[in-house]
Amino acid sequence: MTSASTRTLFEKIWRRHLVTAGERGLPATLFVDLHLVHEVTSPQAFTALAERGLIVRRPDLTLATMDHSTPTDPSIDDAKLRVLDPEGSAQLDQLQANCERHGIPLYAMGDERRGIVHVIGPELGATQPGMTVVCGDSHTSTHGAVGALAFGIGTSEVGHVLATQCLLQHRPNTYEVQVDGSLPEGVVAKDIILAVIAKLGIGGGTGHVFEYTGEAIRALDMEGRMTVCNMSIEGGARAGLIAPDEVTFDYLEGRPMAPSGEAWEAALEDWRSLPTDEGATYDRTTTIDGSALEPMVTYGTNPGMAIPIAGAIPEDRTIEPEKRASFLKALEYMALEPGQQLQGKPIDVVFVGSCTNSRYSDLLAAANVLRGRKVADGLRVLVVPGSDAVKRQAERDGLAQVFVDAGAEWREAGCSMCLAMNGDQLAPGQYAVSTSNRNFEGRQGAGGRTFLASPLTAAASAITGRVTDVREVLS
Amino acid sequence: MSARFERFTGTMAPLPIQNVDTDQIIPASYLKVTDRSGLASGLFCRWRYRDGDPEGERNAGFVLNQPQHQNARILLAGDNFGCGSSREHAPWALVGYGFRAVISTSFADIFRSNALKNGLLVVPVTGEVSAALFDAVAADPATRVTIDLESRTLSLPDGGEAAFDVDPFARRCLLDGTDQLGYLLKQAAAIGAFEAEHPSRLDTRSA
Ligand code: SF4
Repeated sequence: MTSASTRTLFEKIWRRHLVTAGERGLPATLFVDLHLVHEVTSPQAFTALAERGLIVRRPDLTLATMDHSTPTDPSIDDAKLRVLDPEGSAQLDQLQANCERHGIPLYAMGDERRGIVHVIGPELGATQPGMTVVCGDSHTSTHGAVGALAFGIGTSEVGHVLATQCLLQHRPNTYEVQVDGSLPEGVVAKDIILAVIAKLGIGGGTGHVFEYTGEAIRALDMEGRMTVCNMSIEGGARAGLIAPDEVTFDYLEGRPMAPSGEAWEAALEDWRSLPTDEGATYDRTTTIDGSALEPMVTYGTNPGMAIPIAGAIPEDRTIEPEKRASFLKALEYMALEPGQQLQGKPIDVVFVGSCTNSRYSDLLAAANVLRGRKVADGLRVLVVPGSDAVKRQAERDGLAQVFVDAGAEWREAGCSMCLAMNGDQLAPGQYAVSTSNRNFEGRQGAGGRTFLASPLTAAASAITGRVTDVREVLS
Repeated sequence: MSARFERFTGTMAPLPIQNVDTDQIIPASYLKVTDRSGLASGLFCRWRYRDGDPEGERNAGFVLNQPQHQNARILLAGDNFGCGSSREHAPWALVGYGFRAVISTSFADIFRSNALKNGLLVVPVTGEVSAALFDAVAADPATRVTIDLESRTLSLPDGGEAAFDVDPFARRCLLDGTDQLGYLLKQAAAIGAFEAEHPSRLDTRSA
């Protein structure tokens, strides 16, 4: 346990937000500084408010966007969408009506600020160090990259926050994930987090909040930190945190919703007091040598089933007996064999996008590999920016043209093929190298098979049409 | 909505798979609903139906299609049940189908929280108890267990009992039929005081 005078980053944020501490088995009442809302997990929550005649307590701390069920095909306009997807359209209409009724700012279709909820929060400077941030979406952990305690909630809880700006929570435990050393060439943030999950297992962080520390984490830019924190939930942790530092402050300064002038100076002083104190301890700790990491790729049907790209799928005899049936079930779904190499495996689709890897630096990394090269014959490559702002910047800077020239599809911002509820999906049996976060059965389309990897690996694989080690393309 | 749970006796549907994620419980294509209805047909549909389509042919081998498990209202699942997406549609679909409880060696955090808010009891057991239950159901699908929330015990087929942990607050709410939003709303004064003391740096309407 941490002594009274030394606290972890998590403990500092937690304590600042206690409306009531919660004793004798009762949960704490935690104040929420920012509530992000999207179309899929909110309708039933607004209905719950309406049924009780309640209003939204703090529309000024609430922000809504449309991302999950929106089409990314530029040729689909509102009128077409109504025909193609009446249910999805109705959901968007309902969000619009709910936001109008309650005075919640909404970035609807066509709004320049619109994008994937976990991309626009940091991009606008809405998510700030020391805040509590929630959203009806498990990848809310992304916002932990700025040093905010950010986690996903269910729809009932979305209703709780809309009505009271608070949540009932039991205090989670803390888990330090220290990544030392400097990353070798071709190894990026996505490889770090895939290696962490492979090591700890997908339930390894259950009941905990990760705090990522160490030289390799400090060396990441903000967008790389977002990639790492994004997938905390795939390790079972509801939240992942990185202490704010100069990288964080440089990123936030001047963003539309970040404090400015005197308020910025006051905020800075406050934020500098947030990092974990010397001598504070965590409930659990693990250490990873970043300098020994390789590009990672998943082979199975959960994000923990990952291997270094040059490696092979484990032999079934190396799997613990009680896990063997699930292991073999996953390989059967993937139509892969124990002991098989993934490198060189032919693929049908490459997807660059999702709240894990759709920011400007992700697109830049992919474009740098693809520049002057062509996508393999017969391969479908989708590049989907995380927000309208990312899209415009990529178009201004010529990245979009690199993708188009290479033969990739350049799309509108949205969740796209990450969850396949918006028209973008794999056909049954297809293989995809995907920069998203989940390789669950059918996640990217019924019967579709996903290899999760970094934007670099995705771009390298786009050139060859096979699972490819980016280091071979770069050399 | 206030959900209740006190005591339930019934048979179990065995699903001996680890890490069942909420995309398997209810795929994203079902998330376009704006209410809670119609989700039961999508429950495990990728496993239940040959093409994942409830109109289509059933997979005879899947537990929910097996005649001996038709009336099971308790799901006996593998470790880390409910991982992945935060969708509350997962417990809605399970409850819509008729499940009252899920027994597993562990549950993902968000699923556990969502389930308890919807009257779906999550019952964590040891690996030993789990293995014994899977064996008992394999030997006799009509094996019944009783889950008693008041005493936090699971009665086992061999006549023994296993104690289980449950969040004491969620337990109280389920036993009393209290709803958690109501409990929060009663704290309005404390919330107001907190807001007055902690002015926000943010105004989302400003950009
Ligand atoms: S991109 Fe994927 S993981 Fe991220 S919010 Fe959208 S659907 Fe969820």
